[in-house]
Amino acid sequence: MFKKFSPSTDVSGQTILKSSVQRSIRSSLLAQFNIDAETLEQIWPKKEPLTLVKCQELGLHLTLVDEHSREHISIYALQGEPLLFQHFDGPFYPTLRLLHKYPDILPMVKVDRGAIRFLLAGAHMMCPGMTSAGGYLPPPEQELKAGTPVTIHAEGKTHAAAIGLTKLSTEQMRKVNKGIGVEVVSYLGDDLWSVQKI
Amino acid sequence: MSSTVDPSNTVVPDVETAVPSDTPPTPPPPPQPKQPVEVLYCAVCTLPTEYCEFGSSLTRCKEWLQKSHPDLYEQYYSEEGLQAKLGTLSLEAQSKLEKDVAKKEAKAEAKADAAHKKKMESQVTIKRIERNKRKFVTSVHGLEAFNVDLKKAAKLFAQKFATGSSVTKNPQGQDEIIVQGDVSEEILDMISDEVGVLKGVPEDNVQLVEEKKKKGGD
Ligand SMILES: [Zn+2]
Repeated sequence: MFKKFSPSTDVSGQTILKSSVQRSIRSSLLAQFNIDAETLEQIWPKKEPLTLVKCQELGLHLTLVDEHSREHISIYALQGEPLLFQHFDGPFYPTLRLLHKYPDILPMVKVDRGAIRFLLAGAHMMCPGMTSAGGYLPPPEQELKAGTPVTIHAEGKTHAAAIGLTKLSTEQMRKVNKGIGVEVVSYLGDDLWSVQKI
Repeated sequence: MSSTVDPSNTVVPDVETAVPSDTPPTPPPPPQPKQPVEVLYCAVCTLPTEYCEFGSSLTRCKEWLQKSHPDLYEQYYSEEGLQAKLGTLSLEAQSKLEKDVAKKEAKAEAKADAAHKKKMESQVTIKRIERNKRKFVTSVHGLEAFNVDLKKAAKLFAQKFATGSSVTKNPQGQDEIIVQGDVSEEILDMISDEVGVLKGVPEDNVQLVEEKKKKGGD
């Protein structure tokens, strides 16, 4: 999603969000993320306004919808620091840096060591990389549906390597065990990662 | 504290009532926010240090880590560390990975060298332009090659000289800064003094030129 993204040319405007919009984002986050109100308050204090940074003409990495949708990415920043992003009016994603601080905001899958270098080159994650011995998918009773935002961890590593969206349910990934299981939306070293201040 | 109260105490009311009045019951502690995990990011490649091995600057990353966090360096790059890291990856795949990383690194270095060389060859031109008789503007061209934010530089000049200063496109379609008045010498001084955003522009790469107003009929 963030390949060839440059804040100087791709950002088309920054606006401070109305408080009603901020309230609705806050309640969406409490519903979507595994997070309690106190922790959210610590990350994003109520008195601090969230800024919406609209982006255009992104070199689209996400093959989620279609080519025409590439401009519909919003980055939400707090005092210039990207905190969340969103594609169209889809689910909110935390940025990787936020996820590093609060690792269990999103459910997790893990890829084996062999897949890491492909992951960090922006490739989508194939099922076998997660079903192999070095990988991890949640147990059947905690099955994740297709279309769930997930943290992508990597074998032998403590911190998350990427953020993705499940393309199949985790049980289907186990059953089918081929093709793309998780689409990668942001990864360590991509162009969103490079934006520390916006 | 109520859990420690013996039921037999209930028949002695004064003891019961004395307890809460002396020490009012403490309300349950308010829920606490989760404490953030602290992640050490590499000063060279910006990734969490455990991911340096996948970047294109591993040699420099390792040098930095060894100096600043020798314990982590030991953990990641000692013989045992390397062994533990292998995980389920085959030796063969690991050596392929290492080869790829080395290749990537060499490529990135060559690219950085070329970029640096290009940068050091580029020129900044400060031009005194005569607009009318004894009316001048000064144009500054080429600062962006040294990663200077032109808007910020224009603002810096405006503040310094209390005059108009803006980024405009020249006829060739390149951005340059136009400052009202003849301030070319002063700008050269600011560059050699590395004032503000001008830091990093080598004085040797700056040339002063003059553009005379063409006389009608020439
Ligand atoms: Zn590094």
